[in-house]
Amino acid sequence: MEDFLKFFLLHREAIFIVILSIFLGIEVISHVPAILHTPLMSGANAIHGVVIIGAIIVMGHAETTGSLILGFLAVVLGTLNVVGGFVVTDRMLEMFKKKK
Amino acid sequence: MNQLPQLYTGDAILEITYIITSVLFIIGLKMLSHPLTARRGNFLAAIGMVMAIIATFLFHHKDGKPIGNIGLILVAMVIGTIIGWVIAKRVKMTAMPQLVSFFNGMGGAAAALISMMEFPHIRPELIAKSGMANGEVLAILLGLMIGTVSWAGSMIAFGKLDGKIGDLRIKAMRYVNLTLLVFLIGFIVFIMTRHVQASSELTPLIYVMFAVSVLYGVLFVMPIGGADMPVVISLLNSFTGVAAAMGGFLYNNQAMLTGGILVGSAGTILTVLMCKAMNRSLFNVIIGVFGGTGEAHADGGGTVKEISISDAAVLLSYSKKVVIVPGYGLAVAQAQHICHEMDKLLDEKGVEVKYAIHPVAGRMPGHMNVLLAEADVPYEELVESDEINPDLPNTDVVVVIGANDVVNPAAEDDPSSPIYGMPIIKARDAKNIIVMKRGMGKGYAAIENMLFFNDKTRMLFGDAKASLQNLVNEIKDL
Repeated sequence: MEDFLKFFLLHREAIFIVILSIFLGIEVISHVPAILHTPLMSGANAIHGVVIIGAIIVMGHAETTGSLILGFLAVVLGTLNVVGGFVVTDRMLEMFKKKK
Repeated sequence: MNQLPQLYTGDAILEITYIITSVLFIIGLKMLSHPLTARRGNFLAAIGMVMAIIATFLFHHKDGKPIGNIGLILVAMVIGTIIGWVIAKRVKMTAMPQLVSFFNGMGGAAAALISMMEFPHIRPELIAKSGMANGEVLAILLGLMIGTVSWAGSMIAFGKLDGKIGDLRIKAMRYVNLTLLVFLIGFIVFIMTRHVQASSELTPLIYVMFAVSVLYGVLFVMPIGGADMPVVISLLNSFTGVAAAMGGFLYNNQAMLTGGILVGSAGTILTVLMCKAMNRSLFNVIIGVFGGTGEAHADGGGTVKEISISDAAVLLSYSKKVVIVPGYGLAVAQAQHICHEMDKLLDEKGVEVKYAIHPVAGRMPGHMNVLLAEADVPYEELVESDEINPDLPNTDVVVVIGANDVVNPAAEDDPSSPIYGMPIIKARDAKNIIVMKRGMGKGYAAIENMLFFNDKTRMLFGDAKASLQNLVNEIKDL
């Protein structure tokens, strides 16, 4: 119990953000019309590409060859997620725009 | 020490940028849920991402050390950008669901790699103070597990949607899956309760965990039938979000934390919405039981009656109300453009044409809307199934093009059917039904469809595009 409380106090800000973000996420998309489900999923998919920042950080401090290779891979994959995600979402939405 | 003020400025700029990024993600996501603002929303989120990346390059530092290896990182980013861009631009709209799954897997893999690399470098002071049972270790292990499961699962989902991997259904699998899940959680507890000087002593355990997570990800998606695949992709999407958030927790990085959790929770809600549309419980999807009993169903349904192109053309031209039910077959045949041409022709003849869109028509919720939008079909003609159903008894002809499960009456009649309870488009209520189909094959859920044997149903066999082309020519000549 003490460990748990210590953990909570140590990370209370992060826990705060997590809880608020959960509600925010639910709130933000709960009224989305079914027609936008696919683009929305794709857009959300691009947003979690934010993991690229972690990849940059880990690669930026990599020292051994092994970790450089893994870091390189992580950055490539993360970038794929970001770029591919946003571009494909845009392509989908571009089609919606054409009609009046 | 002289550098301190400068570092503070950098830190402040970095944190402010992350706040702006988070806000842009939230606004972007919000705008993505309205048709008119969606594209701008996507663009805003992308700007947020670019800002966060640049700020990280310039201002991030660990114990005073700035980001190194910048050249290599840039090379990696250029490679990722080129590949991602080319794939995203080239892929056919029908292959969209696989693609989302693929990109999702990439994100999951990146998160898992980060965890793997960070694990041996957990600060010894932290371990000396609070042992392995601390937030950082937990974030790393969860990031590894969730990211890996998401990657492995997404790759299987990708292969399945692409038709490269079949279903594998063995009854015992749900127990195997549950056991693996329990094992993984137990393993996390095991690692966190070890007493060591440095986390690197436990590195081999991390590889075991990685291997088991891969196995779980594969087995988790393997038994799930094609009809459930959208739910799985959406779920894995939110997994990757959570995995990214673990990275945010680890690095105390607000942009990663908010972005990841936002996707995690929005993705979960989206998953629930999809489950509702298909009347499936999320729990059943997760432990991997879908139907599967469908194959055993008796085929006995009498005979099917065919209709000729010219008869179909006449029937359609002299109707008042026509409802088109498009399915994946239409998309695969790339027939959405010619279909729109037919509906314009009929419109000129005074026939009222509407499209009935089932929430899961295509391979993903909303997938069919994207495909029809590609063919310039106006919004107003697209009607959701709940709204169109009361209208169907007054409809002269329902044209089912390459759809199957979404019009299957078994969902209402047959409690033993795996799709029983799924809301359907009640095509059988219409006065006439024309079903365009390549052959008598079963739908994605592999269930017999009694609609085809209905007295009011006429079958028009052949490739959807060719059949529609013939129909258009015939209607023009009338």
